[in-house]
Amino acid sequence: MADTATPPAGRAEPPPTLKAKDYKSKVKPIWCPGCGHFGVLSALTKALAYLQIGKEAHAIISGIGCSSRLPAYIDSFGFHGLHGRALPVATGLKAARPDLTVLVVGGDGDGFSIGGNHFLHACRRNMDMTYIVMDNEVYGMTKGQASPTTQPTWSHSKLTPHGTGVRRFQPAAIALAAGASFIARGFSGDPNRLTQLLVQAIGHPGFAFVHVLSPCQTFRPEQKAWKQQVHPCQLEPTTDAAHAAALIQRDDGMATGLLYAERLPVNQPRNEPDTTIAEIEAELLP
Amino acid sequence: MPISKAPHEPIAIAFSGSGGSGAVTAGSILLAAAARAGHYGLMMRSAGPQIRGGESAALVRFGPRPIGCIGDRFDLLVGLDWGNHGRFRDEIPLGADSLILADPAAGPVPEPIVAEGVEIRQVPFLDLAGSVADGHMNMVGVGAAGALAGLPLDALVAAAGTALAGKGEAVVSAAQACIRLGHQIQDDAPPSRVGHGCGRWDLSGNEAAGLGALRGGVRFVAAYPITPASEMLEWLAPRLERLGGALLQAEDELASINMIIGSSFGGVPSLTATSGPGLSLMMEGVGLAIASETPVVVVNVQRGGPSTGIPTKSEQADLDLALYGCHGDAPHLVLAALGIADCVLTTAWAVRLAEHLQTAAIVLSDQAIGQSRAIIDPSPPFESPLRRIIPNGPEPDYQRYALTASGISPMRIPGCPGPSYTADGLEHDAAATPSSLAADHHCQLAKRHDKLARFDYGAHWAEIDGGGPGDAGSDAVGPSLCLICWGSAHGAVGEAAERLRDRGLAVKVVALRLIAPLQRDALRAAIGAALPLVIEQNASGQLFGWLRAEGALDGDAQSIARPGPLPLRPGEIVADVLAKTQL
Repeated sequence: MADTATPPAGRAEPPPTLKAKDYKSKVKPIWCPGCGHFGVLSALTKALAYLQIGKEAHAIISGIGCSSRLPAYIDSFGFHGLHGRALPVATGLKAARPDLTVLVVGGDGDGFSIGGNHFLHACRRNMDMTYIVMDNEVYGMTKGQASPTTQPTWSHSKLTPHGTGVRRFQPAAIALAAGASFIARGFSGDPNRLTQLLVQAIGHPGFAFVHVLSPCQTFRPEQKAWKQQVHPCQLEPTTDAAHAAALIQRDDGMATGLLYAERLPVNQPRNEPDTTIAEIEAELLP
Repeated sequence: MPISKAPHEPIAIAFSGSGGSGAVTAGSILLAAAARAGHYGLMMRSAGPQIRGGESAALVRFGPRPIGCIGDRFDLLVGLDWGNHGRFRDEIPLGADSLILADPAAGPVPEPIVAEGVEIRQVPFLDLAGSVADGHMNMVGVGAAGALAGLPLDALVAAAGTALAGKGEAVVSAAQACIRLGHQIQDDAPPSRVGHGCGRWDLSGNEAAGLGALRGGVRFVAAYPITPASEMLEWLAPRLERLGGALLQAEDELASINMIIGSSFGGVPSLTATSGPGLSLMMEGVGLAIASETPVVVVNVQRGGPSTGIPTKSEQADLDLALYGCHGDAPHLVLAALGIADCVLTTAWAVRLAEHLQTAAIVLSDQAIGQSRAIIDPSPPFESPLRRIIPNGPEPDYQRYALTASGISPMRIPGCPGPSYTADGLEHDAAATPSSLAADHHCQLAKRHDKLARFDYGAHWAEIDGGGPGDAGSDAVGPSLCLICWGSAHGAVGEAAERLRDRGLAVKVVALRLIAPLQRDALRAAIGAALPLVIEQNASGQLFGWLRAEGALDGDAQSIARPGPLPLRPGEIVADVLAKTQL
């Protein structure tokens, strides 16, 4: 943008080949041993290396929660903001700095409960960014409460000892209804496939939503069974929203792969000045 | 009889009517005509919450000197009709020397108006307008009011031509014909009251704040509509686009504040504007900007509160929210625009302060400033060396939150090759790594406090006008008074001070532009030995409380505080000051 604090000129070319490990920062993750999020971190660094996205050329934005700690674990610019508000921070960043690759990460509580409204509107807005939600169907950081994606009968939380009794939030179906142009589901226990999905998502022009099943070993040990339950999506990915809706509605929630992708107009301010403040001030004369 | 006023005295004219009667259009045209005739001016709007229908009034005051407030009484009321006039009774104070123009077709003038002892003159607005194809009676009212106030016919006609140009030639001709008819009601037209100005600006406080934002360097704005701040955002939207910036409409205020944190993190000076309820929603984000040291500016165009309150009317009651609304120890900037013209400087300065100090700035405006229009001298060019400090070099040892002598840590932004960081709202160490260690918390809290406390804010912290102890003139009698105010109260307080000086009192006015961090020592020096009286438009004396808490006032200081929505009037301030001081 003109007349503003702009990044210094002469951006260095990235080193010839960045490897996945080059993207890892020195900060040690706070995650529990066996946490699914390690697999997402690994897949994301592999995807960045595959795409050779310079460390300074992207930014990773997050809210609050276990998975939202991820930006600090990658050696790039990041913003660890408020619970539920990662998408607005990312939206403002992308609007102001279209040159950056913007990645947003977080969990199911952050994205679908406290941040649910932003999720709807980020899908609608279709700005060019990738939103990775690590879904473990539980609030881990606050010690094991039910999230919007938790089964209504799950009664292991002191907060809802009889279960929530509330139907589960359907991330992929809601993203589709809200207008997302790219919807995929991955599994953190299969980082190679997840890497491929993330490469596709980052390359997709527009808002790309990647729903990642990422087990919580501490509060949801039964999710160890996910390894056996996930299965590749049976059908070819579609660009037809009605077809995708049927596919997603019939799905058991464990189908992984690209579910829907369509080229829709990408929302991006144009950032080309054609006037000066002096001209605007001249218009104030009666 | 024309309005009898000395040439140097301002004239106050009100138009009132049912919704759709065109009172506000009439006021706008009269204001623009006054500007063309060389006057300064001010127009406040009064409206109910209805989108269509309801009632509306335009309150105009103009004269040869800058107009800071709407005054005590109206010299002329043009009653286009009397439907719902009762709702305006308090907002259009009249006196025995007020003149009322009333259309017999609209029925009798309401008894409370008659009871003021006013002079009533019958003008058949409806019949006169009916004699012109597509004529409207509000334009007859403009012509009549202009004639009685001594405004030249050509200025009125030209102002209507410009204001209505977008509605087509037929509408303009009809309006101008009606103005001519109205203007003829005064046979012995008084000598035209012509001021001496030219090249003045005609703008609202919301527009002025928008201009200040642009001058300060803002190129990204996130916006969620709210009365009475929306016009600032609407004014900015096309102009930001033309300047290569952008405005995004957010899904809510939580999104707005976080969007500007994101864009500012990207290196682009960023702002949002809202009103009380919106600011309440944004406060968590303001805290994030403070903790992560991301510059942002939030303009709060205050309205009556609490809760949804009185959205279309003014009050200065969000100071406590702006000062204390964050959880934790969260030092930040709170500024107040001292009038419509001052919105330009205050907002521009707030942007630069926030950028340089890497913190959140809350700028308090209010409905009486934001939605009023004024004829003002163009704001002098804004010059400030303050900028965000962005390092250029590779800096292998870079730490985002490094402890420095000034407390300001150079801020790398995405796209800079070399070391990166993850900005954090969690407490962190100098390298931005989350930390709950006591030492890190203490160091970072102190850093965020000290960078604001140690900064030299220069002379902009307040507007101080004359007549105080030491420079009061030897003929001043009685104790010296220091009237302390903020925001839109400044206009009425300034006029009250003049009247008190006319009574022989030594009176100084200190209008605070920078409320936090409070420049306590400078304020105490400005007060000197005078008796401080803190004047503001809220029920609880919020500025008074803050100044007390900060140790800026001694025990004899007095609070003059009353809630909105009626504007503070110079006459009541004079009376309150005299009563409080028993002078």
